[in-house]
Amino acid sequence: MEKYAIYVPRLVTKKEIFAPGHRACIGCGEALAVRLVCKALGQNVIMVNATGCIEIISSQLPYTSWRVPWIHTLFENTAAVASGIEAGLKVMTKKGRRSPQDVKVVAMAGDGGTSDIGLQALSGAFERGHNFLYICFDNEAYMNTGIQRSSATPYGASTTTSPAGKISIGQVTWKKNMPAIAAAHDIPYVATACPSYPFDLMAKVAKGVATRGPAYIHILSVCPTGWRSAPDLTVRLGRLAVETGVFPLYEVEKGKYKLSFAPSQLRPVQDYLKLQGRFRHLDKDNIRIIQERVREEYSRLLEKAA
Amino acid sequence: MAKRIGIEVSLAIADAAKLADVDVVAAYPITPQTHIVEHLAELVANGELDAQYIPVESEHSAMSACLGASAVGARTFTATAGQGLELMHEVLYVASSMRLPVVMTVVNRALSAPLSVWGDHSDVMAVRDTGWIQIFVENGQEAIDNVLCAFRIAEDEKVLLPVMVHLDGFHLSHMIEPIYMPEQSEVDQFIPPYKYPLPLNPDKPVTMGAFAPPIIYSETKMAQEINLRASKKVILQCWSEFGSRFKRHYSPVESYHSEDAKVLLLTMGSFSETAMTTIDRMRKEGREVGLIKLRLWRPFPFKEIRQAVKDAEVLIVLDRALSFGGPGGPVCSEIKAALYNEDKKPKVVSFVGGLGGRDITADGFEEIINRGIEISQTGSEQEFEMFGVRE
Repeated sequence: MEKYAIYVPRLVTKKEIFAPGHRACIGCGEALAVRLVCKALGQNVIMVNATGCIEIISSQLPYTSWRVPWIHTLFENTAAVASGIEAGLKVMTKKGRRSPQDVKVVAMAGDGGTSDIGLQALSGAFERGHNFLYICFDNEAYMNTGIQRSSATPYGASTTTSPAGKISIGQVTWKKNMPAIAAAHDIPYVATACPSYPFDLMAKVAKGVATRGPAYIHILSVCPTGWRSAPDLTVRLGRLAVETGVFPLYEVEKGKYKLSFAPSQLRPVQDYLKLQGRFRHLDKDNIRIIQERVREEYSRLLEKAA
Repeated sequence: MAKRIGIEVSLAIADAAKLADVDVVAAYPITPQTHIVEHLAELVANGELDAQYIPVESEHSAMSACLGASAVGARTFTATAGQGLELMHEVLYVASSMRLPVVMTVVNRALSAPLSVWGDHSDVMAVRDTGWIQIFVENGQEAIDNVLCAFRIAEDEKVLLPVMVHLDGFHLSHMIEPIYMPEQSEVDQFIPPYKYPLPLNPDKPVTMGAFAPPIIYSETKMAQEINLRASKKVILQCWSEFGSRFKRHYSPVESYHSEDAKVLLLTMGSFSETAMTTIDRMRKEGREVGLIKLRLWRPFPFKEIRQAVKDAEVLIVLDRALSFGGPGGPVCSEIKAALYNEDKKPKVVSFVGGLGGRDITADGFEEIINRGIEISQTGSEQEFEMFGVRE
């Protein structure tokens, strides 16, 4: 991929729907992802945001970064609020109480808001089949509250509630496979994406929002603050996550898996881990365990996509 | 002209929501609220109500979906009870704080543990301070009248606050009662079409639910408080217009034979009907007793309460909820607070009873009144007395 030096800003719309001047940390992968998501969505949209980093950096009374209608209510109910919005628009269109313009409903939350506290509401909304796109911005911990572990935190990562210590390597559980959980609801569209691959990300968002019925996109969002990485390495780390097979890019359309990017050979996970302070304490054995697990999961994904 | 029909109160409530032409119902089943939401689902399934029915996976999501629907300008209704109301708890604050005029009937139920599906007011008291307008009803007619009024009050541009209509689980929700159901045309004239002033709409983007740092949070809360207190004027206007149109009259505090009464009993909800029987009986025996019924729970009707009880010597308050380790029944402690600075006020005695569906009969109310009078004379070391508890 590095051979293709494409200058992204020249090839996407200049219009910034997620306005500059927000309060994200330097090098925030999530803010970059949101910016690209918004460019892909356009303005005919209603956004529903869970409590979390993006909510906090983009809205502070009386300011806002949102140039589209946007609502935040609570942490765990984002998919339920989106359900109500979708149902409300539907019935009011039917009753002639609003213009019949097709407005897209897009819900977004972090990994905690999605795979932990918001999972029940999300599962309910998927099962009921609401016409909406749900995007999880996964920075692999509760970053907004100060880097506490979530069920999306990877094995071996040190966080403030899974600290590496004399008798602990930090997080001792494996990352919850949220895209697989979404796909298990038999919804028409599931994808993974990363802002280090902007065109892929934007194409998936466009596809997801055009889907009739629920769509889910899981976006890996590098967090220099929580990952203890250099802010200028955000894009590189996203690429390394994909190239090592730690975070493969794929789509699940109507149950069918398809890899978006299949490197001929996976890079060693060490290339990805060594740039992040949260894995600094890991020894060779720990890294070997992670490498084996990544290989195993990747080959399972290849089988599904075969 | 409205017909008087015999109908289960829960079904009549669903029919009232239909008459109000609700756009979105998001609900999760819980006893004793089920008949309301079942009937609404049936009305939608039969094409009699043109609405989206969202069968959510929890009460937390029920109220959350109501927030979303209300925010795009849909007329939104739900119903719950007991544990369901508690699971909604944090969402209730958001509805009122974001000025989303959701209407909800709460079929009052006791709280676990031990599990009890039966009625009392524990669920209500736990959501007292959520910023909702809260109205108590004592029979089926009052229930449907106030559900209709609730939409008009909630959606008034001067109010834009959510409204709870409280009715007692089983004791009222499952009764078959004679009820005048208004005609559709009468309701259409009474409830104007809903137009939310600033809905989520791509043509005019708004940011809803931004967070507030310390420099602005107090101001938002004070504005909300002023707004809730000011809603009383609209509530009174609404009841007054309802009265002139439908000839049934409501007020924040209602009195029954209280004018010359030295001893007053205060109740909320369906138990007031039984208490009225007791008052009739005791009056016949020449006793100077009367009844005060508290209908408007929030905003609290301070002026009306002070006015209603000022000439009495004893005021006996019956609560159907406990404030563990606290100053007695929650309603009683609010009444005491409202009267504390008054020069002329009755002695106030607190009773708690009717918990978890336990009935209080007409004889029971007589016992409460007699014992209340005794306590007012002798005093009591206890903050409150539990009525009818076996020791």
